Amino acid sequence: MDEMLVRQLQIHACHVRMGIIEGVYHAKSGHPGGSLSIADLLTYLYFTRMHVYPDNPDFAERDRFVLSKGHTAPALYATLAEKGFFPMEEMKTLRHIGARLQGHPCITIPGVDMSSGSLGQGISAACGMALAGKHRADNYRVYTVLGDGEIEEGQVWEAAMFAAHYGLDNLTAIVDNNGLQIDGKITDVCSPEPIPDKFAAFGWHVIECDAHDFDDLDRAFREAERVTMQPVAIIQHSTKGKGVSFMENQVGWHGTAPNQEQYEKAMAELTEQLRRLEEQA
Amino acid sequence: MSDVIKKATRESYGEALVALAEKYPNLIVLDADLAAATKTGMFKKAYADRFYDCGIAEANMMGVAAGLAAAGMIPFASSFAMFAAGRAFEIVRNSIGYPHLNVKIGATHAGISVGEDGATHQCCEDLALMRTIPGMTVINPADDTEAKAAVEAAILHDGPVYCRFGRLAVPVINDPATYKFELGKGVTLREGKDIAIIATGLLVNEALTAADALAQEGISARVINIHTIKPLDTEIVAKAAAECGRIVTAEEHSIIGGLGSAVAEAVCESCPVPVRRIGVNDTFGHSGPAVELLKQFGLSAEHIAEVVREELGK
Ligand SMILES: Cc1ncc(C[n+]2csc(CCOP(=O)(O)OP(=O)(O)O)c2C)c(N)n1
Ligand SMILES: [Mg+2]
Repeated sequence: MDEMLVRQLQIHACHVRMGIIEGVYHAKSGHPGGSLSIADLLTYLYFTRMHVYPDNPDFAERDRFVLSKGHTAPALYATLAEKGFFPMEEMKTLRHIGARLQGHPCITIPGVDMSSGSLGQGISAACGMALAGKHRADNYRVYTVLGDGEIEEGQVWEAAMFAAHYGLDNLTAIVDNNGLQIDGKITDVCSPEPIPDKFAAFGWHVIECDAHDFDDLDRAFREAERVTMQPVAIIQHSTKGKGVSFMENQVGWHGTAPNQEQYEKAMAELTEQLRRLEEQA
Repeated sequence: MSDVIKKATRESYGEALVALAEKYPNLIVLDADLAAATKTGMFKKAYADRFYDCGIAEANMMGVAAGLAAAGMIPFASSFAMFAAGRAFEIVRNSIGYPHLNVKIGATHAGISVGEDGATHQCCEDLALMRTIPGMTVINPADDTEAKAAVEAAILHDGPVYCRFGRLAVPVINDPATYKFELGKGVTLREGKDIAIIATGLLVNEALTAADALAQEGISARVINIHTIKPLDTEIVAKAAAECGRIVTAEEHSIIGGLGSAVAEAVCESCPVPVRRIGVNDTFGHSGPAVELLKQFGLSAEHIAEVVREELGK
């Protein structure tokens, strides 16, 4: 990818990360770890690949996105805000009583295509959206993001079977392979490994990539768009908590909000990252 | 008031499992990647060799629990109420209920008081779902003391038991030194003759507070704690209907299918009197701090008292 574009994406991703931290800090609850691990992915999707329109969020031919790992809603909301669906300032109302930014994605929020939060269900809804697209010969694509713990749900594999059987090549499922769930490492809790082999065995075209390298994401998604007759699984190798040093790879940051001191430290780190990126831009 | 001890019943669940492990060597614990939240993590820490994490796969966990029970173990299968009763409902019905297996379901984070996670996690349908399964015992304890006793009662009962626990810390209202848990028996906490407030779970304490306030106004409200939703203590309900003439029910659950429905069904068949149901009014929850949400949804002493006044035309 063009170096300037990569820099621009890195700046957007940094804003998204700041939005995530603002959100969970002001909510005093929520899931920073798995939100930070998909900040680059969502930035890449919404700023380079997806045809979506902040002024017309319900446009019929738009590409669709389903956050199957719904607990990482802060990442989706911050990305939608960065894209212009609503002000980033609204992140501070996350999870507040009466606010529209619910703890888990809610279909009534501008830009949110599907309610989610009960793990394993989003990918099925994504299959339905892709099937509708095929049925009507529409050209939109459907993206869905799953957690690597989430794929322990049996429903994920029912959906995997369905998508392959109906040749849903307009569907791309991304597995955020950060190696952690709530009770520990995915390999210690109830291992879903080997993930790529499983999707391949279910008839999917499988691509692996580095979740925090925009060039590699670009390679993966361009390959995905060339695949026909098969759904595509992108296994992105990520770091839970990516971008905030003390949250990285720490299972304890799955579903804990930072206190004031931790919030300030996280924001200082991200502000410094942003300053450097803007210098280079 | 500052010396009121508060504790979430999910904590009681974790502590009870640990406390009872030696006494019941066949007790075994399953969780679905929520050990830190359901508090089975305490048991995992103390008895690692008797704890099995099933991963995020609640349906399979219930099936595995059925098999463990069929093979002579006493499994406690744990997750949030939404996933234990909701996601896995049909497995619970067909693999646990129908063969009447000795599985105990420890369902935490029930009701609106889940708080910030919002509607997808606020399960207000579990009592209704579990109550419809033939042979299923359904327990919804009011506080720490009752929750711990309920865990042992569940072990001693031969058959499937659904135990509902909460995330929010609630006042301990029962004295552990004198408390006796009798499965299927309601408890009259306050005598009264003008109206009966029949409550369950965290609404029991609210009902007591409401009764105190009402007493100041000269209203004599009976307060009954129903910790066992099924089998329901129909006798205590019929007696309340006959002696008080009016019933208000209070539960952190949908007004459809839970305690309110069970009480209404019972009085219709024994001693028909007006029944007003306080609960979640056929609506989904939303995000917010638990205590504020309880107020907003009318699951509070103030609202119970208001409804009682309305019912009595005061
Ligand atoms: C059906 C269901 N079971 C349990 C949960 C509770 N839960 C929320 S997040 C989570 C762990 C998810 O781990 P993973 O999919 O790896 O997500 P990530 O690491 O990306 O945060 C669990 C068990 C849920 N939301 N839905
Ligand atoms: Mg993970």
